[in-house]
Amino acid sequence: MTHPRSSIADPVIRVRGLRKVYGDVEAVRGIDLDVARGEVFALLGPNGAGKTTTLEILEGYRVRTGGDVSVLGVDPARRDPGFLARIGICLQATGIERYLTVREVLELYAGYYPRPRPVSELLDTVELQDAAGTLVRRLSGGQRRRLDLALALAGDPELLYLDEPTTGFDPEARRGAWDLVRSFRGAGRTVILTTHQMDEAEALADRIGVMVDGRIVALGTAGEIVGGRATGTHIRWRTSRASVDGPMAASEPSTLAGSLVQHEPDGGRSLRTDDPSRALHELTGWAMTQGVVLDDLRVGRATLEDAYLELVAAHGRDVSSDAP
Amino acid sequence: MKALHLIVHQVRAEDRAFRRNPTAAFFTFTFPLLFLVLVAGAPDLGGLDGTRFYVPAIATFSVVNACFTAVAMNVALARDHGVLKRVHGTPMPMWTWLVARMVHSTIVAGALVVIVIAVGALLLQVPLPLTGVPVLVVAVILGAACCCALGLAVAGIIPNAAAAPAVVNAIALPLYVVSDVFVQLDAGSPLAAIGSLFPVAHLARLLHVAWTPDLAGFDIVDLLWLVGWGVAGLLLAVRTFRWEPRT
Repeated sequence: MTHPRSSIADPVIRVRGLRKVYGDVEAVRGIDLDVARGEVFALLGPNGAGKTTTLEILEGYRVRTGGDVSVLGVDPARRDPGFLARIGICLQATGIERYLTVREVLELYAGYYPRPRPVSELLDTVELQDAAGTLVRRLSGGQRRRLDLALALAGDPELLYLDEPTTGFDPEARRGAWDLVRSFRGAGRTVILTTHQMDEAEALADRIGVMVDGRIVALGTAGEIVGGRATGTHIRWRTSRASVDGPMAASEPSTLAGSLVQHEPDGGRSLRTDDPSRALHELTGWAMTQGVVLDDLRVGRATLEDAYLELVAAHGRDVSSDAP
Repeated sequence: MKALHLIVHQVRAEDRAFRRNPTAAFFTFTFPLLFLVLVAGAPDLGGLDGTRFYVPAIATFSVVNACFTAVAMNVALARDHGVLKRVHGTPMPMWTWLVARMVHSTIVAGALVVIVIAVGALLLQVPLPLTGVPVLVVAVILGAACCCALGLAVAGIIPNAAAAPAVVNAIALPLYVVSDVFVQLDAGSPLAAIGSLFPVAHLARLLHVAWTPDLAGFDIVDLLWLVGWGVAGLLLAVRTFRWEPRT
């Protein structure tokens, strides 16, 4: 595994040997993590990997079973009001008073904090000015999520927690949320987020921790994670359905240039090789002689997704069922 | 001082949301008044004695409904919808949120009692309980606080918001029957004896007394029952309270 940078000066979050057990389920099984001030850090992993549990321990919602945790210099489990005033939490799908307007809810929550951000500024930040007088119950899903973000920002936090911030967003709304995170960190503040979307982690995070089955199995920049894992060239293709029957299927190569051909769950084939010229030569040669059509042939460098899938597979879990 | 400020801040928001919520307004305000007008107008219950019974009875019903029923249901709903979880992630202490919730219910209960008295006086010619005002005020405040505490305790026991109406009604409806709220019981009846173990009967008795010109039958023990149940409710609530739904 890629090891954490041994120590970061002035970490906002410092975690050593974190464990959390629910009954006889070990949800978090020994995590070490440092997040620096001003950083955007993403916990990436399949559903059930322990991301939300980890985040909720760092937020002060849950008490850990073992290990040391320090956030903004204090133990979040103590739930000190001074600590809670310095963080902002955007939870997954959480209720808001339905019979208040957007402005009233923001005023209500801003009133909980010692140094709140002005409500008009919050409305501007999440672009809800036009919906300020709308009752929460009449908001669209995307508007509610933006209100969630605004509520997380109400206390003018130094550290923002985002638990799957864009799940259920359309692509445009996702871009909007990403811009918001970027503008927040631009002000020198720290963000820790969870996601199971590779592109989100790659687009937002300075560093990524890949979490599988309660452990961080890779930690670093997207480039470091890809470099440390999936190397070489990735070749992907599929063959036309009409041609994949009869004698051709039997002749389908199981290796190309000495590398094993992988069967993807969607019926496609993939291969990782350090000798792309030879592999492609063999592949196209086979296709030519057999009269097979190679659909959707793609050749590229290994991506974060490749590295991620490899990491998840290597740590013994089937992601095809729970990754989106 | 800071906590007081937060509670006032929260009560204001609660009140605004409450006024806009048609279901809350109907069940809390319209239902008791409708009930009062209907029972008072019914031929076999009519006459001055009948209405005289039903004005304090509906006042009792109003307090229990606005405090016990509403607090139990609202807290269970707020928990299921994640409102409690959200509040728990802010510097606002959870107890101030809960106290605000209970203060709001108590204010609603007080307003309802005033409205019930006014409707009784204007439409049903039930005299105002002038000599009984001190008893009335103390009984309504203690009764409301007691019912709020018990509502909070029950909210912790309710598995989820969908089960809330069933659980709350299963507790409240039988109590109305044995506590001189829906029907006037004979003093020595077994039902009255059962009812006297629970706070609703004692609240009802205090309110019936408040309408009696010389306050005949006033017993401080009734107030103590309310205090006792209130403290028990609060202790139970501390043990049962959850800010997140049961998984």
